Amino acid sequence: MTPALIDDLRVVLGDQAVRVGSTELGLYRRDASSIDGEAGAVCFPTTTAQVRAVVQAAVRHGVPFVARGAGTGLAGGAVPLGGALVITLTKMNRVLSVDPVNRLAWVEPGVLNLDLTRAVAVHGLHFAPDPSSQQSCSIGGNLANNSGGPHCLADGVTSAHILAAEVVLPDGTLVMLGSESGEADGYDLRGAFVGSEGMCGIATRICVRLTQNPPGVRTMLFDFDTVEAGAQTVSAIIAAGMVPAALEMMDQLCIQAVEAYIHAGLPTDAAAVLLVEVAGAEHGLVHDEERVVSIARAHGCRTVRIAADETERALLWKGRKTAFGAVARIKPNYYLHDTVVPRRALPGVLAQVYEIAARHDLLVLNVFHAGDGNLHPLLVFDKREPGVMDRVHAAGEEIVEASVAAGGVLSGEHGIGLEKRDLMPLMFAPADLAAQAALRAAFDTTGLANPTKVLPSPSSCGDAHEVPDGLWV
Amino acid sequence: MRTRCPTGCGCDVIDLDEFAAAVGTEGPVTIRGAGSRGGAVPGVRTVHAPTGIDWIQADEMTVCCGAGTPVDELAAALAEVGQRTVLPVGGTVGGALAVGVSSVRRLGDGPVRDALLQARYVSAAGEVVKAGGPTVKNVSGFDLCRLLVGSHGTLGFLGDMIVRTRPLPLASQWFTTLADDPYPLFCALYRPASVLWDGHRVWVLLDGHPRDVERTAAQHRFVACEAPVVPIDHRTVVAPSAVAATLASLPEDSALAEVGIGAIHLRSGAMVATTSTAPEVAAVQRRVKALFDPAGRLNPGVVLAGAPTT
Repeated sequence: MTPALIDDLRVVLGDQAVRVGSTELGLYRRDASSIDGEAGAVCFPTTTAQVRAVVQAAVRHGVPFVARGAGTGLAGGAVPLGGALVITLTKMNRVLSVDPVNRLAWVEPGVLNLDLTRAVAVHGLHFAPDPSSQQSCSIGGNLANNSGGPHCLADGVTSAHILAAEVVLPDGTLVMLGSESGEADGYDLRGAFVGSEGMCGIATRICVRLTQNPPGVRTMLFDFDTVEAGAQTVSAIIAAGMVPAALEMMDQLCIQAVEAYIHAGLPTDAAAVLLVEVAGAEHGLVHDEERVVSIARAHGCRTVRIAADETERALLWKGRKTAFGAVARIKPNYYLHDTVVPRRALPGVLAQVYEIAARHDLLVLNVFHAGDGNLHPLLVFDKREPGVMDRVHAAGEEIVEASVAAGGVLSGEHGIGLEKRDLMPLMFAPADLAAQAALRAAFDTTGLANPTKVLPSPSSCGDAHEVPDGLWV
Repeated sequence: MRTRCPTGCGCDVIDLDEFAAAVGTEGPVTIRGAGSRGGAVPGVRTVHAPTGIDWIQADEMTVCCGAGTPVDELAAALAEVGQRTVLPVGGTVGGALAVGVSSVRRLGDGPVRDALLQARYVSAAGEVVKAGGPTVKNVSGFDLCRLLVGSHGTLGFLGDMIVRTRPLPLASQWFTTLADDPYPLFCALYRPASVLWDGHRVWVLLDGHPRDVERTAAQHRFVACEAPVVPIDHRTVVAPSAVAATLASLPEDSALAEVGIGAIHLRSGAMVATTSTAPEVAAVQRRVKALFDPAGRLNPGVVLAGAPTT
């Protein structure tokens, strides 16, 4: 970080919005992953013009920059390396306009996911992607990661809900990608930009699609003696021609942790529970509920619990959404993985996950989006235990390998970032990676936008940083 | 199952490697599907993509097929397991994705571009390249699939693909009613599959449980009808909020608009002023093309916004 850049930034943003103190640099050198980086400076623009000026200054001084939302990313995508400039967008947090008739809204990137849904609730609308971090993650971060969430099963991940984005390209050019109709002439640059993890520019205004709240919802909880029976129920529901609004699964250790935390009356002796939500108009709802219940019974479900009212529904969802907090009761540290496998491969891969964890003498909990095969194995441990990090690292890599070997993919919703960058060759051949590098190069002619993430070197950049020590897969 | 090239051209392309060999590494080359969405570039050496359905996995809601597979053949095979894709009817699967235009069901189905999970294509260098992955959810790396959909074969020639399917609705029926303003109705309906409007009359496609469809139709005094005739001469898009003003600016009965989407289907002669692509965006488009096809050999002469092939 050059003092000259700091001076330039202060001219653009004012002294208070450019921070180089050890407290700020310490805070912003990491995201919600366990990867530590090194920030050269942190700045807080409040307008598109300021973001442009900041990017132009960074380019002028040849300093890499990393856009950051709420910092809830789990793959190290927002971790600055080698003294990069962190551009924090949390102060750009206004909902700019809402069109309740055509169901779209313009927002700044720092608007929190749940705040957007709250802002449009009066119109009977919501923003469909609902990551577990939705109380604290930002729409800009959702866009950068193409984030998911339980309700993406029926409604699609973030990409399906981004109609347009005003983007400051890495060379400082301002462009509008997409349009309010969601279409634009030429290549779908909007689609290419979504999920590019800050390597193709910085979104400064985002047009999101809003989704109608369903007229009715039924939330059901089933429990099973075996994980296999639960997983087979998932496949059978999909094969029967239903796409529930959500289809989530928890295994025994997770059920026990959650129950001790929220006291929702979950069956702690069950091997697995399925949380199934169907939504829609009255007759379709009843029809789907009956079919789901009969499929679950046919697969040996022990009990059927149907939320009697909104309070009980909220309690069941609280169990799912607070699962990650609940595990702190078991061990102080956890490492959350994110892979996707074909639904039909769920029983086999889950069995492998248990075997891998046992072999490395680790506890594993599973709480995941079963409906789209999106696994979230959670390795829990106490990092003070000597050698445990090596075992966590080794087990994690084996879980990813097992998922890909079963016809799955590296990440369903957390992204690649630094965490899985060097695992990309498990899924992609050199020619595939070269095509992705070409996409990135078309957007970033400077190579300074969040360099060395996602693509294993030497795809794009000469001054590739090593992945820092202590990185776990 | 893959089949020999059905065009009778004698190219005998069955698998991706044969397709890549046919595309080769040098010289201008164009691709032809069914020729129903614009077809091949005239006067340029033509190749055909692999054809046939590899598998249908109903419990994954995915299907894998060659790009040359007819959309209607795929639809018939999927109907046997109670599923469908969101691809517009007619032509080939590869053609539908390469053109990337959604059907009038976009309101309920989402756009065509979201249907593509994985594509294997032949690059300008004659290599087989994989974009995306086989699962219904995937954020592993940059989203090349979105870039390929609608790229008109200017970045690579689609060879085979895995496409997302969805269940056939229990019931699906078009209805019509008179309305000078479709918006009160549009706001009252829950997730209709399509709402079309010509300025005076509205057509609504309702999917769902038959009794829900019946009840909604009765509530709004809809009259059941056949699918409306959609003008095919020209399709353009405006902001969804500009639909009413756009229709008002056009001659009577010259256009049909997708309410909530902004697509306007025009009969020949009707014109809608559209904004041209900003030069800064066009510059990115040109860089994309230049990086994927430096020699401009794929579908030469096909010009997308700001991305000429030569």
